[in-house]
Amino acid sequence: MWEYTDKVKDHFFNPHNVGEVENPDGVGEVGSLACGDALHLSFKLDKDGKIAEAKFKTFGCASAIATSSVLTEIIKGMTIEQAGKVTNKDIADYLGGLPEQKMHCSVLGREALEAAIDNYKTGGTTKHELEGKVVCNCFGVTEKEIERVIAENDLTTVEQVTNYCKAGGGCGGCVGEIEKIIERIQGDKVKHAAKAMPHKGGKLTNIQKIQLIQQTINEEIRPALRADGGNIELIDVEGNKVIVAFRGMCAQCLMAEVTMKDVVEAKLKEFVSEDIFVEEAEDSSQQPHEHKG
Amino acid sequence: MDVIYFDNNATTKVADEVAEAMQPFFCGLYGNPSSMHTFGGQVGHDIKKAREQVANLLSCDPSEIIFTSCGTESDNTAIRSALAACPDRRKIVTSRVEHPAVLTTCRELEIHGYNIVEIPVDGTGRLEMDQFEDALDDDTAVVTIMYANNETGTVFPIEKIAQMVSDKGIIFHTDAVQVIGKIPLDLSKIPIDMLSISGHKLHAPKGVGVLYVRKGTRLLPFMQGGHQESGRRAGTENVPGIVGLGKACELAGQNIEEENNQVKQLRDKLENAILKTCPECIVNGDIENRLPNTSNISFKYIEGEAILLMLDKFGICASSGSACTSGSLEPSHVLRAMGVPFTAAHGSIRFSLSRYNIEKEVDITIEKLPEIVNRLRELSPFVKK
Repeated sequence: MWEYTDKVKDHFFNPHNVGEVENPDGVGEVGSLACGDALHLSFKLDKDGKIAEAKFKTFGCASAIATSSVLTEIIKGMTIEQAGKVTNKDIADYLGGLPEQKMHCSVLGREALEAAIDNYKTGGTTKHELEGKVVCNCFGVTEKEIERVIAENDLTTVEQVTNYCKAGGGCGGCVGEIEKIIERIQGDKVKHAAKAMPHKGGKLTNIQKIQLIQQTINEEIRPALRADGGNIELIDVEGNKVIVAFRGMCAQCLMAEVTMKDVVEAKLKEFVSEDIFVEEAEDSSQQPHEHKG
Repeated sequence: MDVIYFDNNATTKVADEVAEAMQPFFCGLYGNPSSMHTFGGQVGHDIKKAREQVANLLSCDPSEIIFTSCGTESDNTAIRSALAACPDRRKIVTSRVEHPAVLTTCRELEIHGYNIVEIPVDGTGRLEMDQFEDALDDDTAVVTIMYANNETGTVFPIEKIAQMVSDKGIIFHTDAVQVIGKIPLDLSKIPIDMLSISGHKLHAPKGVGVLYVRKGTRLLPFMQGGHQESGRRAGTENVPGIVGLGKACELAGQNIEEENNQVKQLRDKLENAILKTCPECIVNGDIENRLPNTSNISFKYIEGEAILLMLDKFGICASSGSACTSGSLEPSHVLRAMGVPFTAAHGSIRFSLSRYNIEKEVDITIEKLPEIVNRLRELSPFVKK
């Protein structure tokens, strides 16, 4: 069971400002059912340009609801400029803290606020738009978003980033990229833990190379495919040609070709040798087992 | 506030009779059954009795019962032992909806070069039997398929599955943790080679389990050490736990009819009332083949953890397949395998009853739940008025 502060519980059981503001000046929507949380925020300004009224509707767990509730409290009376400076940390602090794994709820609140302010300023879409390069495809998290949670909350590990914005929490395929972003922003703060990575050797004997290929498939490639109900099998290695077969969902997936180049070959090049190229075994898609009709 | 406990698939109350049977073995009869002196050695008789009690419930021979520390240990032992017994075979056939005790074990074995085939299920949680049959081949070392699902209560056709596996000469293991004491099971009639039981799911304490191993099935011990359990499971016996589990099995045999009548009636009353009073609800699982005590209901547009916390305020205990309750970011692997949409998976609540539940508890829940669902739906941006 989660350890929630009394303040979180209070705002969950007795949320403030539920609903939608009539004739709002700004509306923001973030999240989705698929992600497990979604927030709809609307506000209205008074004649001095301060937020007079703010209301929310939220789908999500107790902390998502409590976060939304305090957000509406925090921004009341603020100017747009002041509201624009509210960070997810402000929201979490107001609640007396949130469990680490629930910090993404506070980020959701800040995103909704941003979207609503943006909607007020430009009259643009009320939905949160993805800006820039998407790093985590599972949860649709952009590089910009990841950079921001790292900077605002002083994060130093991928696990923390996942807790704050979900990035890296799905297939795990983007973990390497997130590590690089953390390193870029935090620099020396990141402790370089000795990580047991497959050693990309200079000269490999055939046996060493095959073992390294198998290890890379096991540790780097299969977990990513698993997330989508797929699988991969190493069939053979001929010199630098690696022959694999897709199984499960991957076997009939239209994206299989992309996966082959972008995931399988890329990982093998990264961890084994630049000269590696991959081919799919001929019988690969004819395996009857495992895929769902 | 009285606790209303509807989370019996997670764990159960230790039956008073079980606690009573265990009591002498803590401070009085604390001897080690392996000791040469009478004081210790006499405890061996109680373990023997417990073994018979378990065997009686399962209709098997006492020598086929091995006591373990939990269901997870039994699962691990069964799978790893079967692989060791067939070193020339490299394939494990299982299902996508297994308990993590099986699924995680299999996926770990995959790293060591085993080929894992996870058979999918359909929308009601039924195993895709054609694909299952196709998966059985000469390379298959072991098939491990759960008897009934812990989340939805869906019961697989284990008699048929066991026969198919047995006909191909493959070792068959089933995780029957959720089944024992809930539906009758006769191992003299079903060709199951290995079967896992967990004590705390049937009103025995936590920390004791059973692995049934059919005579003639090779077993390679998972725990190494002393000669306990005829050399098949090392480690000093958990005497109070074993005695308790024996008693719990005896009680389960006596109460199985009650489980299927009274408990089922309460479950049905709860489920029907919820479906009637809360709009936009769906029952997850195979309603025709289901444990009598389990009901898994999805409340659309609201989230499971929020529902649980509101129920908790009234002392009502249940569980959810939502992502938030597990600390992971994705909802239950079982519901996802069934293709339950995210909308519904995040809002799933499992009620699992036992013979200790009374009608009043069901009535209170029926009264409180619609309020909770309405309150949360008022908060939900997905409910349009």
